[in-house]
Amino acid sequence: MTIYFLVAGLAILIAMALGVCRALLGPSVFDRILAVNMFGTKAVLLIALYAFFSGRHDLLDISLLYSLLNFVGVIAALRLVERGKFFANDARVDAADPEASDDN
Amino acid sequence: MSLMLNLVLLVFLLVMAIAVLKTKHLFAMAMLFGLYSLLVAGLFVVLDAPDVAFTEAAVGTGISTVLMLVTLASIKDGHEAVSSTKRKIGPLIICLVMGGLLIFGTHDIAKLGEIHSPPNDQVAAYYITQGQAETGVPNLVTAVLASYRGFDTLGEVTVVLTAGIGVLLLLGQRRKIHVKKRGQTHDDQ
Repeated sequence: MTIYFLVAGLAILIAMALGVCRALLGPSVFDRILAVNMFGTKAVLLIALYAFFSGRHDLLDISLLYSLLNFVGVIAALRLVERGKFFANDARVDAADPEASDDN
Repeated sequence: MSLMLNLVLLVFLLVMAIAVLKTKHLFAMAMLFGLYSLLVAGLFVVLDAPDVAFTEAAVGTGISTVLMLVTLASIKDGHEAVSSTKRKIGPLIICLVMGGLLIFGTHDIAKLGEIHSPPNDQVAAYYITQGQAETGVPNLVTAVLASYRGFDTLGEVTVVLTAGIGVLLLLGQRRKIHVKKRGQTHDDQ
């Protein structure tokens, strides 16, 4: 049974690493928002997995809280992008200009 | 699995901290800060401190990220961090000394879960045996926080209330604040 948990945990951690890469490299704002959202979802999964692995089911409450906060955070970020047009402009500039996107 | 989780989460944490330092895009910085506190909260879960993880997730990931985003929405210009290329040696020395002192301080910390460490040796047994009878609170953590350390908690609540009032006063103005870059004129309005 442990091996299943280990494999699942490894898979989630690899997915988290890919999400981090996209959040760091992401040329446009929307890539970053999506990457952060995915990272949060993976954190929720990881904590749920850890709860089952360690047999402490009260940790599931924390993963519920995380998913709620993840939702609120993404909505807030998207509201900001929608309201302030500076970010959308930035995204277009970043997407159009490959020089600007490699190190920010 | 605990060790693997700890290692990977700490590596993520390091990567995230360096990325926050390196990135120029303030929006990305705010989002990465959210990820950073999510990772810290995950570490707290692995370290067997779910209540601290709750607090860290609610404050760090939820409120701080939203507040930073609201601040960014209020700033009209300057969504790129401006950093000078000049290296300053003073802050570096202060940081190194502070980090060295903190690492030096870790030698006195008792090991995790050690029975004869001062936190477990002195008052914990008293709290466990007498806490419920003395305070009448069924939850032991709540009994310690709200009764035995009541004044401490009162001070914390005062700090949080003051900070909340300040934030509400800043953000609740009818006219939106638009902070300008230095030297910029008003001709763009």
